[in-house]
Amino acid sequence: MDFNKPVENSSKSDSILYSSSRGSGLDSPSLRVSNHPAENSVKSDPFMHSTSQRTASSYQSASHGAPNSASGIEVNSVSEDSARNDAFLHSSSRGSISSYHWRSDGNSVREVGFGDSDPKPVRHGSRTTESEGLGLSQKEINEEEARFIYINDPVKTNERFEFAGNSIRTSKYSVITFLPRNLFEQFHRVAYIYFLIIAVLNQLPQLAVFGRGASVLPLAFVLTVSAIKDAFEDFRRHRSDNVENNRLASILVNDKFELKKWKYIEVGEVIKVSSNETLPCDIVLLSTSDPTGVAYVQTINLDGESNLKTRYAKQETHSKNPEKENISGLIKCDKPNRNVYGFQGTVEIDGKRMSLGPSNIILRGCELKNTDWAIGVVVYAGRETKAMLNNAGAPSKRSRLETQMNQEIILLSLFLIALCTIVSTLFGTWLKRHMAEVNETPYYRKKDYNNGPPKDYNYYGIGLEIFFTFLMAVIVFQIMIPISLYISMELVRVGQAYFMNRDATMYDSVSNRTFQCRALNINEDLGQIKYVFSDKTGTLTENKMEFKCASIWGTDYSISTVDELDEQNTYSITVDEQVLTPKVKVKVDPTLHRLVNSGNNARHVYDFFLALAACNTIVPIVTSSSGSDVRTVDYQGESPDEQALVFAAAAYGFMLVERTSGHIVIDVQGEKQRFDVLGLHEFDSDRKRMSVILGCPDNTVKVFVKGADTTMFSVIDKSLNTDVVQATESHLHSYSTLGLRTLVVGMRELDHLEFERWQSSYEAASTAIMGRASQLRKVASSIEKELTILGASAIEDKLQPGVPEAIESLRNAGIKVWVLTGDKQETAISIGYSSKLLTGRMKQIIINKNSKESCRRSLREALDMSNNMSTVTRGVGDNDGISGPAQLALIIDGSSLVYVLDSELEEELFLLASRCDVVLCCRVAPLQKAGIVALIKQRTDDMTLAIGDGANDVS
Amino acid sequence: MSSNPASSSGGPGSTDPSAVRRNSKRPKYSKFTQQELPACKPILTPRWVISAFMVVSIVFIPIGVASLFASRDVVEIVDRYDGECINGTKTEKIRHIQGPGNKACTRTLTVTKHMKAPIYIYYQLDNFYQNHRRYVKSRSDQQLRHRGSADATSDCRPEDTANGKPIVPCGLIAWSLFNDTYSFAVSNRNLTVNKKEISWKSDRDHKFGKDVFPSNFQSGGLIGGASLNESIPLSEQEDLIVWMRTAALPTFRKLYGRIEQDLQPNDVINVVVMNNYNTYSFNGKKMLVLSTTSWLGGKNDFLGIAYLTVGGLCFFLAMLFTIIYLVKPRRLGDPSYLSWNRNPGGR
Repeated sequence: MDFNKPVENSSKSDSILYSSSRGSGLDSPSLRVSNHPAENSVKSDPFMHSTSQRTASSYQSASHGAPNSASGIEVNSVSEDSARNDAFLHSSSRGSISSYHWRSDGNSVREVGFGDSDPKPVRHGSRTTESEGLGLSQKEINEEEARFIYINDPVKTNERFEFAGNSIRTSKYSVITFLPRNLFEQFHRVAYIYFLIIAVLNQLPQLAVFGRGASVLPLAFVLTVSAIKDAFEDFRRHRSDNVENNRLASILVNDKFELKKWKYIEVGEVIKVSSNETLPCDIVLLSTSDPTGVAYVQTINLDGESNLKTRYAKQETHSKNPEKENISGLIKCDKPNRNVYGFQGTVEIDGKRMSLGPSNIILRGCELKNTDWAIGVVVYAGRETKAMLNNAGAPSKRSRLETQMNQEIILLSLFLIALCTIVSTLFGTWLKRHMAEVNETPYYRKKDYNNGPPKDYNYYGIGLEIFFTFLMAVIVFQIMIPISLYISMELVRVGQAYFMNRDATMYDSVSNRTFQCRALNINEDLGQIKYVFSDKTGTLTENKMEFKCASIWGTDYSISTVDELDEQNTYSITVDEQVLTPKVKVKVDPTLHRLVNSGNNARHVYDFFLALAACNTIVPIVTSSSGSDVRTVDYQGESPDEQALVFAAAAYGFMLVERTSGHIVIDVQGEKQRFDVLGLHEFDSDRKRMSVILGCPDNTVKVFVKGADTTMFSVIDKSLNTDVVQATESHLHSYSTLGLRTLVVGMRELDHLEFERWQSSYEAASTAIMGRASQLRKVASSIEKELTILGASAIEDKLQPGVPEAIESLRNAGIKVWVLTGDKQETAISIGYSSKLLTGRMKQIIINKNSKESCRRSLREALDMSNNMSTVTRGVGDNDGISGPAQLALIIDGSSLVYVLDSELEEELFLLASRCDVVLCCRVAPLQKAGIVALIKQRTDDMTLAIGDGANDVS
Repeated sequence: MSSNPASSSGGPGSTDPSAVRRNSKRPKYSKFTQQELPACKPILTPRWVISAFMVVSIVFIPIGVASLFASRDVVEIVDRYDGECINGTKTEKIRHIQGPGNKACTRTLTVTKHMKAPIYIYYQLDNFYQNHRRYVKSRSDQQLRHRGSADATSDCRPEDTANGKPIVPCGLIAWSLFNDTYSFAVSNRNLTVNKKEISWKSDRDHKFGKDVFPSNFQSGGLIGGASLNESIPLSEQEDLIVWMRTAALPTFRKLYGRIEQDLQPNDVINVVVMNNYNTYSFNGKKMLVLSTTSWLGGKNDFLGIAYLTVGGLCFFLAMLFTIIYLVKPRRLGDPSYLSWNRNPGGR
């Protein structure tokens, strides 16, 4: 994107103008630096002075970093390449996006004047804005555990602490270390050591073994073959490392951005990343092309999620241009750790301290999207980046067969030792008893009489003789431990993998993919699985959300099944002589559509759709199809539910057109309206709702809240509009029995005083270092109260084809299926029926209690009942053996699990669950999912299989 | 919602079907990769099992009877003589056997049944570990085979050299060559013993050289056994060749010679034993064995008994299954008998 460069520069100057003008409004101290060129030059002086040292120190850190990067880091260059190809495919369209943003940038410049007079929107635009008096809530990071980074001063940063350089090493060996290290690793296998011992024994002349050399051959062959394989793999790793290390990034050197190889990047340097580029290291964002300091990143290489995530630059740093004014400051942050989602730190610039959080850093391996450029400071480099720390050492799984085989082999070797001991003891007693005779006994002939005086021949005393007999017995009985077993098992597994990969019934014609066997060593365990834990969304269902029903102000608008997906229903708007249409067409309920269009008596409908369009973290991306004036708007976001809601809102004429962190532009019925986003409380799994505080064009401040019904009804003011609340509740119930995912929407208008109070506490909370999340949560709950209910939405998530059949056959095979879902109970049960997880013949045990005691009681009751049932059915089963017993299904919800897990009730839950054929856990948090799997894994030896697709399934 | 991407992916497919086929990763169909090769999985129905057992018993029982009869037909005379020829305590015996005196000893054997020629003469040793590792290794095949390799005695210690010269044949095995001799007479008429072709032909032709002559043998400090005639090549020293085929068990018989005439019942054989070989120092027994052969070899009841046992067992099982099948028949492939159907919940 070189041709864009001059344009970019001009944009930067724009943003500086913008920031300085805004700065005056804010009375920002950062202005001082840029206004005094003298200070500037003084500051740059030590930097110039120290450049000569840098090459040495960088060399040192690079060489220091090399041998420590231990093992198993494989940069998946293939997937990266494909990702880049994808980006290439899109790049043509992306150019147009940036140009589109260009226009909006122009707008923002125009808006500066507006912002000048009223600084509020800008100040509250970013969720990470700082207040002047925030020092109280800040707590220090422990000095010893902190890492100090001087911005744009890598020499000073690296002189005291030897931070790792950015060169990575995923290879294991060098030419010199290959032989010893490879042999060392290969001999981790106990069998090889055994074979080595046998081979060494064979070489002892005292044991008088025939054919000494031959005993070494098989071991040598196996070792050589795997050494060659390892060497080849490592060679490829070396090459990919080389490619990776020699990629170029632009680094700020002497106040200019210069291209530099990745491996020479140092902690403390300032780096500039352009759109669609991959990050070479972990950086703290300083500024971005977006006027409010937002950058969008794709983390597909890190966690596989393809949606865009938002990252923010601090306002203070964002206002600076590192090429023009010398940024200097101190970042204090955690030591390198593996936690991808956690980061804590502070940045000190010009005497001002601000806190940094996970939303301020971009990690290595991410790709910058939808943002022209981003500038940041390197905080972790090379092997200290979070991506690299996480890549180290994938846990290797061992199949049960292998574990058992090892046990058997240990048993066999004990037996072997016992045998050899017996043999050598018997030999000892024999030799002792026949000591007098053996000198001349024809078959022993201890003494040599032929050459001079009689002397012992090939005899080393009774002790050594017994020892040699022992060793010899080891050789004689060595076949007891089968050498070929390991090799033949490997061969069998390769065969299994071949057949699995070539299985035509596992071919999916839609995605054109076959079965892929990634790990050879747990093939055989697949057949022994007794428990299947499955996520619902995305695993059982397609994860393609579709807006189905809405209940607005007590009225149910369900979309009829009539297919009238005509052109007239697709909504489009005209902006700058170009037509914008949403990418995905949504079926529209005609009555509701008419109601929206008619405009009268539709305040609630207006608010409802406004909430749907605004209360989310969706980013609209406009792409133009070639040749025509029609542009399509695609919505990128973290949650597919939100996407579906925004598309639905767009279809009803509330099209989200633009989003920055400061404001959103929604096209309402063909009329562009600008809303200031004053605050955003993101969704978390405890609150189960999110809220957004909007400054509306008519100068009112409203808070819109959207969330799960259980938590929403607790914050909704039920005294108002009781009939609406009741109607909505009944609609919700009917939606969820249809298997739809429901969300409740509420709103409240804030008066000035309340807003001010919220604002100050929000700022304090969002800049706190310790316990920021909990403080934010407190702030959120302070404002999410006494809401007026607007309505509810229902989204359908269709089951994937073949799911009911698959679940049924799993159940018939006696495999216990556990579905863990975040949906509410009714939805979960309904999906359970439609996926044949639950059948009419099953007896359901439902546990949804709110205290430990009641949980205990219902667990007891359920246990008693299942005991009774099993005895009854056993009696029946004797009469006619063919009809199976009535099956049990356990349905338990997250709030009960809170009391059950990590308490003595676990045991009872396990007992109950092991009696049930199907377990359905609804409303579970990600951590509980892990807890449930651990519950079973600890208590049984049975194989378990956990399936999931999202990052929340990993924990 | 999904209509859009579906149509876009279908677009190129309709224009260029060959490209789709080329890009498709669908595994090629073959009976091997889909594991559909014809296979035979016999179902063990009662009829199959019973008839299989029946066939086995019908084949095995006659074989067993025949081989038992053959073994019983063999006439065998065994005479232990080591204790009879020398009296006294162990030390006295050892002193006598190592002394120079006359060791001739006469034994009288009575033929119980008609013995048909050829009658094989064996000597049987007991408690003699010819399989001991020190013993087995102590020989030089090279030296036995080739005239020029007389010095290849490295494995032969302690019987490798004597008086500075290599021993041919060297090693403990040759050194401990059995040296008792027997002569037989029936009613004062000497029986000729044929000592030709008592060893393996391949040993004579390939393992023992025709131009290798014994030298320096039994000339060391300790005499182990028989001496060899230095003018006869090793390939014709058949007693040595027989002895050098080491036995696998501590009790073994080795062929001494053949009597090529029939012996009648109640014939009395006078055997003159030259009792030279020292088994007394390790408590070994010595026996003389005269035996005829049948088509099955020597006297050995084991094979017949084994056949009869297996055949009988099969017959018994066949009968048992037949009775069960007739008394309490059971439908084939009844799923209610499966373990998980029999006790529900007890998986």
